Amino acid sequence: MIDSGFLNDTIIPGLYMLAAAGFILAIKWMNSPATARRGVIVGEIGMLIAVVGTLLRFEVVNYQWILIAFFLGSAIGVPLAYMMPMTAVPQRTAISHAFGALASALIGTAEYYKTTPSGFTMGALVLEILLGFLTFTASLMAFGKLQEILPTRPITYKGQNFVNLGIFTAAVVIGITLIVSPEMTWLFPIFMGLALLFGVLLIIPIGGADMPTVIALLNSYAGLSAAAMGFALDNKLLIVAGALDGSSGFILSIIMCRAMNRSFSNVLFGAFGQLQVSAATTSERPIRSASPEEAAQILDASRTVIVIPGYGMAVSQAQHKLREMYDVLTKRGVDVQFAIHPVAGRMPGHMNVLLAEADVPYDKLREMDDINPEIPMADVALVIGANDVVNPGAETDPKSPIAGMPIIQAYKARTVMVIKRSMNPGFAGIDNDLYYMPNTLMLFGDAKSFLSSIVKELAAVARS
Amino acid sequence: MKSYEFGLWVFMLSAFLGFQLIRGVSPLLHTPLMSLTNAISAIAVVGAILITGAPDAPTLSKVLGFIAVLASTINVVSGYLITDRMLKMFKKREPEKK
Repeated sequence: MIDSGFLNDTIIPGLYMLAAAGFILAIKWMNSPATARRGVIVGEIGMLIAVVGTLLRFEVVNYQWILIAFFLGSAIGVPLAYMMPMTAVPQRTAISHAFGALASALIGTAEYYKTTPSGFTMGALVLEILLGFLTFTASLMAFGKLQEILPTRPITYKGQNFVNLGIFTAAVVIGITLIVSPEMTWLFPIFMGLALLFGVLLIIPIGGADMPTVIALLNSYAGLSAAAMGFALDNKLLIVAGALDGSSGFILSIIMCRAMNRSFSNVLFGAFGQLQVSAATTSERPIRSASPEEAAQILDASRTVIVIPGYGMAVSQAQHKLREMYDVLTKRGVDVQFAIHPVAGRMPGHMNVLLAEADVPYDKLREMDDINPEIPMADVALVIGANDVVNPGAETDPKSPIAGMPIIQAYKARTVMVIKRSMNPGFAGIDNDLYYMPNTLMLFGDAKSFLSSIVKELAAVARS
Repeated sequence: MKSYEFGLWVFMLSAFLGFQLIRGVSPLLHTPLMSLTNAISAIAVVGAILITGAPDAPTLSKVLGFIAVLASTINVVSGYLITDRMLKMFKKREPEKK
């Protein structure tokens, strides 16, 4: 028999250290698609080592419930991973933040009622529980909005920021009181309730277009909650993993904010898109529209085409038809590239995953800053279901709500084609000058069916 | 050095390491990155096991711990699997046509 003290003090910390190294390598290898899958494997090994190590600890004696939970969790997790359509990835991400945050909040709660710690440990515990519960309800709300169970438009009312701030302050004050005198157990349920409520209120005013930032921020909170748990349980592995997750989410949300030229507070408290709706609906300027035949002829006659996809492509599930068009055009010697705006879609990297799923080679997916200089040389910029990210008003109109937001400069292409259902303003309710430019052709219709007509026309041209 | 002080050092260094590593990740892979870090932070399962499996665990701890193990396991399993499923789709060249 191994001496159990030796096991707990020497072997298990060593295993945890190996696991932490695995996680660090896993994230490091995500820097390129060539090594990324290796990263997943090393991350899995790290997790396995950590779990086995923990099960071996001598203070863990009751295995029954743990094993049942493992079994049930896998029975739910495996189908969740394999049956989830790629268009639902933002929802899945939101719900998994909710699960992670819930786990961390419940562990904190159990720890509080069992040991009622004080001092630094209690401080960490309060932080863990606060972040855990608020991220739990906030992520559920985000899930509801992404799944369109809840209204996706921002919901605002007078004094909203005041109410939110009040509730958050109350939660923080009670949290501090609990740190000072942890024996006041009657305060604890109030603390929990306020944290849960704040999570709901935080997401109510947030619209779909801001989801990429919010999802990244919730990712960060869930990670920080796990790190706080690491402090409460004095476990370095949890601190490392939580800090990695926390910094990852934080950086992604900064990238998203920059890509919209907005600040954190503006995203969280700005309720974008509510004020401008009335101003944007009355535009009677002339537009030019084209049929699938005309669009196909222009595409066929061009040498370079840059496609700019947006959330509308995901909604209409047009990525596979888009890829067919890509195939036909590439075969006919047309150079087709895809320009991806950082906030296109509902989460960071959303468009890339959808196009990769449709088998578009990833070296054709280009970042905004990388492709913008090439757009003036392009014959056609084809905008599919994107709106604000190609709105030239962001550059020219200082009064525009999106002024200063970096855009994909579709308007610089020789011909711009926009596939759009109707002239209704986009999500943010901002009119788009791009649609009225002399070199713009509007292609009215559902993205998927319009693309499929274009593909048919192109095939007909190819045969004749 | 007190244990929590040591913990704070670990946290500070890991956060900076995280910043550096994430900055190196191409925006191409931001979605799988997010599901990977989410699976990694499900390491909370370690805390959940300790709470649930303790010999003196009161019923409340067992119930809350059980839910926590369940929620984290879902995240670990589905997180790693879906990340891999996404990464498999990223191909450089055209796949061979039948």
